[in-house]
Amino acid sequence: METIMNMLKAFMGWIDARFPATKLWEEHLSKYYAPKNFNFWYFFGSLALLVLVIQVVTGIFLTMHYKPDANLAFASVEYIMRDVNFGWLIRYMHSTGASAFFVVVYLHMFRGLIYGSFKKPRELIWIFGMFIFLALMAEAFMGYLLPWGQMSYWGAQVIVNLFGAIPFVGEELSIWIRGDYVISDATLNRFFAFHVAAVPLVIIGLVVAHIIALHEVGSNNPDGVEIKKNKDENGIPLDGIPFHPYYSVKDIVGVVVFLMFFAAIMFFGPEMGGYFLEHANFVPADPLKTPEHIAPVWYFTPFYTMLRAVPDPFLGVVAMGAGVVVLAFLPWLDQNPIKSVRYRSALHKLNLTVFVLVFIYLGYLGVKAPEPVLSELGLRFSEVYFVFFYVLWFHSKTRDAKFSYMSLIIWMGLFSLNDFGRYVEGAGELMMMGWFIPGVYLAVMFLAPLYTNLNAEKAVPERVTG
Amino acid sequence: MKKTILAILMVLPSLAFSAGGKIHIDKADFDLNNKESLQRGARLFVNYCLSCHSAAYQRYNRMAEDIGLTDAQVKSNLMFAGEKVGETMTIAMQTEDAKVYFGTKVPDLSVISRARGADWLYTYLRTFHTDESRPFGVNNTTFKDVGMPHVLWELEGMKKLVNADEMSEHPGTAPKFEQVSAGEMSAAEYDNAMRDLTAFMVYMGEPAKLVRYELGIYVLLFLVLLFLVAYPMKKEFWKDIH
Repeated sequence: METIMNMLKAFMGWIDARFPATKLWEEHLSKYYAPKNFNFWYFFGSLALLVLVIQVVTGIFLTMHYKPDANLAFASVEYIMRDVNFGWLIRYMHSTGASAFFVVVYLHMFRGLIYGSFKKPRELIWIFGMFIFLALMAEAFMGYLLPWGQMSYWGAQVIVNLFGAIPFVGEELSIWIRGDYVISDATLNRFFAFHVAAVPLVIIGLVVAHIIALHEVGSNNPDGVEIKKNKDENGIPLDGIPFHPYYSVKDIVGVVVFLMFFAAIMFFGPEMGGYFLEHANFVPADPLKTPEHIAPVWYFTPFYTMLRAVPDPFLGVVAMGAGVVVLAFLPWLDQNPIKSVRYRSALHKLNLTVFVLVFIYLGYLGVKAPEPVLSELGLRFSEVYFVFFYVLWFHSKTRDAKFSYMSLIIWMGLFSLNDFGRYVEGAGELMMMGWFIPGVYLAVMFLAPLYTNLNAEKAVPERVTG
Repeated sequence: MKKTILAILMVLPSLAFSAGGKIHIDKADFDLNNKESLQRGARLFVNYCLSCHSAAYQRYNRMAEDIGLTDAQVKSNLMFAGEKVGETMTIAMQTEDAKVYFGTKVPDLSVISRARGADWLYTYLRTFHTDESRPFGVNNTTFKDVGMPHVLWELEGMKKLVNADEMSEHPGTAPKFEQVSAGEMSAAEYDNAMRDLTAFMVYMGEPAKLVRYELGIYVLLFLVLLFLVAYPMKKEFWKDIH
């Protein structure tokens, strides 16, 4: 036994002299000190990594049988579903994995939002994360074309046409993206190349950068307390515990529970009622037949609603893009020194709650056909979505009465101006009713600090609690 | 400019279509585990559907295995055009010919149950009625002005729609029919036959459906076992962390 141990030691010594294996292991796992008070929300980072691995591995097996050819693609997917051994399982893992990726990433981002994980000194972690989110959206969008069903085809048609709305270069640009005047075999081939090679490489690279940046500054925690401020005589944070074994064994529990949900969907309802796999995508792509209702997959729908809320196509694209990009500026918008929601004001908690509900509701509106009432709601809640970021900045410190009222007047003035611009005979009543949605929201957010103590913050403890 | 207009049209899809379209749908209520029902459905499918519609992703021998028949049984009872059992259910009719005969492409039925839904298919197959204005003399309340003739008329007989006015006034009203000529089957027998056919098409849409539920239970049981190991392990490691 002892000789075996000695041999192993000698072997590791040989490796370490040539490659920093032990050093990497210690820096990132066995001597990476994470706060001991991680809660439920801290499972989603490691779960995102797990889903990435699932997608890469199942993706490799799918590429062995899939044919990126407009005449063969749909049939090759059905071939995988029927004739490839356990092909259906691999495909459902991949399709469920796509939705699971967004579920996990949205929850991971929500964690960052509530505990202020984007704040100094973790701005770059957040920025890398935003790039991952962007790459993930591109990956999902291009992957959705590959089964070559009706929704694949027309969804891609709609999204690529959006580029056509850009002034001057738009049309040329969209032709350049498609490689044709419509979505065609050329588009399918290049999307395949991006989906299986280019974008995954980018995502993996960004994930590495995300983790390196995280391990450089150390993890935040639900109290928003910097554990590195309180160290023992050996320089180890008093509230820190080594990631391995403590969080590796804890994350295994999270992984098992996650896989239970994952398996339940994959085996018992992989279509998830048409939200994970759309029914219309079981009809082969037909360039001559536009489906009655083109709805994007659920994870894009909040941004799709923002696009539809603006009548001008180009400005709609700008709004949709801004809806994503604005998140990247969070570190500079929310300047309140208190990181965690636990010690922020009741008003801030309300603000975050409203934001989450609005985001979910925008997603719901995005799968609906745009009837007048729903379109009005789409616009109003998009206004709330964007002005939330101003409110976040506004709540960074105490504001005086004059500034508060000015903020309210300017924002509601802008929204009213937009309403005058889009007024048509008979739409007035609906518009008036809708006006109160951002109106009430902003009145509460701007004026409550003046007249109530809802804006009172709590003292942040010196050390982590619990 | 044209492209921009096109873009707007595509960004706001369905605005024009979203109004109507409410159709009464009956529940199919079939049993995928009933092999005899699937076999009866398969017989109906190859006899009545498979001359105009293909099922180009469904192999004969895979079907045999899945619905509990031998290759020989399939060959002698369900295959008529000298195909091999390893082949898929293709048809001789060309797409271009179909356009001439029916005014439209005839869809492949391999995955139609996943596109339309089982209940829709079950309802559609039972709502053909006489309509002299249509080329084949029949229309369908579930799929208005469909190009398909009522190929199952010798089983069901012919019906006429008696509440057309009520249906157009209140979208979503169930159609009511009156038997014009009798078929080989009674109304209840025909409903059961269509349930079998729907079950078969649901199977064909996703053969994995016959196995994935059972496999899913084993996988979940395994995960429960894994949890029973992982959770105490976490507790054990964490007991000295306060």
